[in-house]
Amino acid sequence: MIARPAAAGRKAVPGIPAGLGPAQLLDLYYFMRLTRSLEERLTNLYRQGKVIGGLFRSLGQEADSVGSAYALDRSAGDILSPLIRNLGSLLVMGASPVDVLRQYMAKATSPTRGRELNVHFGDLERGFVGQISHLGDMVPVMAGITLTFRMRGERRVGLVYVGDGAMSTGAFHEGMNFAAVRRLPLVVVAENNGYAYSTTLERQTAVPQLVLKAKAYGVPGERADGNDVLAVYEATRRAVDRARAGEGVTLIELVTYRRKGHAEHDDQHYVPREELARWERNDPIARHVQRVTEHGWLEAGELEAADARVAAELDAAVRVAEQEPLPEPATALEGVYAQPSRQPAPGHREVARA
Amino acid sequence: MPEVTYLEALRQGLREEMRRDERVFILGEDVGRYGGAFKVTEGFFAEFGEGRVIDTPISEAAIVGAAAGAAHLGMRPVAEMQFIDFISCAYDMLTNYVATARYRANLACPIVVRGPCGGYVRGGPFHSQNPEAAFLHTPGLKIVCPATARDAKGLIKAAIRDDDPVLYFEHKYLYRRIKENLPEDGDLVTPIGSARVAREGRDLSVITYSAMVWKALEAAEVLQKEDGLQVEVLDLRTLLPMDDAAILETVRKTNRVMIVHEDTRTGGVAGEIAARINEGAFEWLDAPVLRVTAADTPLPYAPTLEDYVLPQVADIVTVARKLAAY
Repeated sequence: MIARPAAAGRKAVPGIPAGLGPAQLLDLYYFMRLTRSLEERLTNLYRQGKVIGGLFRSLGQEADSVGSAYALDRSAGDILSPLIRNLGSLLVMGASPVDVLRQYMAKATSPTRGRELNVHFGDLERGFVGQISHLGDMVPVMAGITLTFRMRGERRVGLVYVGDGAMSTGAFHEGMNFAAVRRLPLVVVAENNGYAYSTTLERQTAVPQLVLKAKAYGVPGERADGNDVLAVYEATRRAVDRARAGEGVTLIELVTYRRKGHAEHDDQHYVPREELARWERNDPIARHVQRVTEHGWLEAGELEAADARVAAELDAAVRVAEQEPLPEPATALEGVYAQPSRQPAPGHREVARA
Repeated sequence: MPEVTYLEALRQGLREEMRRDERVFILGEDVGRYGGAFKVTEGFFAEFGEGRVIDTPISEAAIVGAAAGAAHLGMRPVAEMQFIDFISCAYDMLTNYVATARYRANLACPIVVRGPCGGYVRGGPFHSQNPEAAFLHTPGLKIVCPATARDAKGLIKAAIRDDDPVLYFEHKYLYRRIKENLPEDGDLVTPIGSARVAREGRDLSVITYSAMVWKALEAAEVLQKEDGLQVEVLDLRTLLPMDDAAILETVRKTNRVMIVHEDTRTGGVAGEIAARINEGAFEWLDAPVLRVTAADTPLPYAPTLEDYVLPQVADIVTVARKLAAY
C-alpha cells in the first residue's frame, strides 16, 4: 500500500463534506496530482519514443477517478475495474507509478510482462482487475466478482467504470441488467466526458443524461459534478454504502470533460476551442486547491509538500523503469495455459534456430 | 454397473463435482427450478439451492463474463448455453476476455462453458450448430467433445477441475440414444488432450469426434462386412489441445486417413488435422487425406435437406472405399 500523507494529530474540521478530515483532503489532492504528473512524465517519454504504444490522458478527469475510487474500502477487500482514463483510480487502490511506467514502456518487469499496454493490468490483492479494450466487457466480469462476494457472504463492494461510449455496448447492457436483477453489490460509474474518440454524446445516445438509463434497469441513479472531487466522493460513497448494505446496484453519472484527444496522436481538431477553454477554467485540481485553502482546511505548505513528494516519487520511478529491459522474445510462448505452461514455437522458428 | 445415458452421465459428473467442491456452481438460462432445456441440471436446484444453481437473464455475454469474474476469485463456474448456437453471443467475451486472461493479466479463469451442439434432430439453422472451429483458432481455450457416456462424465469432471477455460460441447443427438454401463463409485475422469482408439484397424483410419464417432463405427462395420476392410476409428475427444501423437500414430499404422466431422467443410477442424498430418507424417501417407463433412451451408430444417447436408454413414463408406483403392 502506498503510504498516504500523515494526518496524525489533526482534528476533524467542521464543514468538510462527507465526514472527511484534512488528511483525506490531502490524500485526494495527492492522488490527483500524482495522476496528472505521472501522465505528464509519460507524455515526455512518449515524445522521446520510450512509450511504445499509445498514450491515453485523463487530464481534467482526475477528480472522477480519484474521488470515486477513494470511496471504496480497501481494507474490506473492495475491487474496481478501470477504463483507460482511470489511472487515478488505480493509484488510489495502490498501483505503483513505476508499474504504470513499465506497462507503457513494455518492460519485462511490467505487471503483464510486456503482454499488454498502458493501464491494462490488474492486481486482485490490491483490488483492481485489468480491463480489456472491448468496452463494456468489464461490467459482466464485475457482476461475476460481486456475485462471488454475495455467494461467500462477504461484505465487499465492486465498482466498474464505463463511459458514454461503453454504455452503447451490448456487454454493458447485459452486465448491468444481470447485476440489477440479482441486486449485486456493484457501483457502476458512468464517466460522461463528452467524447468517445471523436463521437459526441448526442451521437452516442438519444438520452440527454446518462443517469436516465438507470431507470431502465430498475436501479437508483445519481448525477454529480465529476470535476468536484468531494461531490464525486460523496455520490460514490452513498452508492458504496448502499451496495454494502445489500441494496444492490447504483448507476452514477459523473459529468466531466476530456481535455485531450482520444490518445496522444489525436489533435482534437473536432473540438470547439471555446468549449475546451471553458473546461480548462473548470480544472478539478485547481478547484480542490481553491476550496481547501479558502476554508483553511489545508495550508499551502501541505500542498507544496505533496507536490514535492509526487515529484520525487516520479523521478525515482522513471529512473528505475527506463533502465529495465524489454522482455526476452521467447517468453511470449509462456502462460497461455496453466498446463501446458509453454506453447510450442512455430516450426519455422525451430528451423531458423537449427 | 448400471446402464446410464450420455445425458445422465453428464448429469452425474456435474453433480459429483458439485458435491465434491463447493466452489463449483452453475449458471445459465432456465437451469434452476426448470432444470435446463434438456434437463441436464434436473434436481440440482433442490439439492444445491438457488445460490449454486443460478437462473440468469437471456444474456450469454453476461453469463460468460460473470463466470469469468467468479473464476478470478477462485470459484469454478459451469455456464450453460441453452443451445450451443448461442455461444456466438458470448464470442467476444470468450475470445477476447476469457481466453487471454491468464496470458495478459496472469488471471486464472477456470470456467466451463457447456451446451448442446449438433444436428440430426431437425433443429434448423439455430439449434443445430457445431461451433468448435470458431474457437479452435483461439489460444487460451480448451475444447472437448465427448462421444460416449463414459467421456461425457469423465470430460465434464476433467473440465471442471482444469485450471483453464474449457468449452464442453455435448451432442444433443447422443443425449438419450447412447447408453453405457458406468461404475457407480470411483472417480471417473477422462484426461483432457488425450484421444482414444474407438476401433482398431490396419487398412485405413477415420479420425473423428463427437457424434461422428458413431457414424464412423457404423461405417466401419459395413466396410468390414462388405469389403473386408479393417477400419481404425480414432475418437479425438479433445480438440484443443489436439492429441498430435495419437493422430500421427494412426497415420503411421494405416497410411490412409480420412477425417470426418459434422461441422461445415471450409475452415473446419479437418483442415487443421490434415495440415498436422502433412507436417508430421507426410512420408507415411499412401493416399491424400480426405474429408467427410457437412456441406458449406447453414443447416436447413426439412429432413430431406438436413440429411443431404450432414455427413451420413453412406458418405463415410463411399470415401473410405475411394481411400482404400487409391
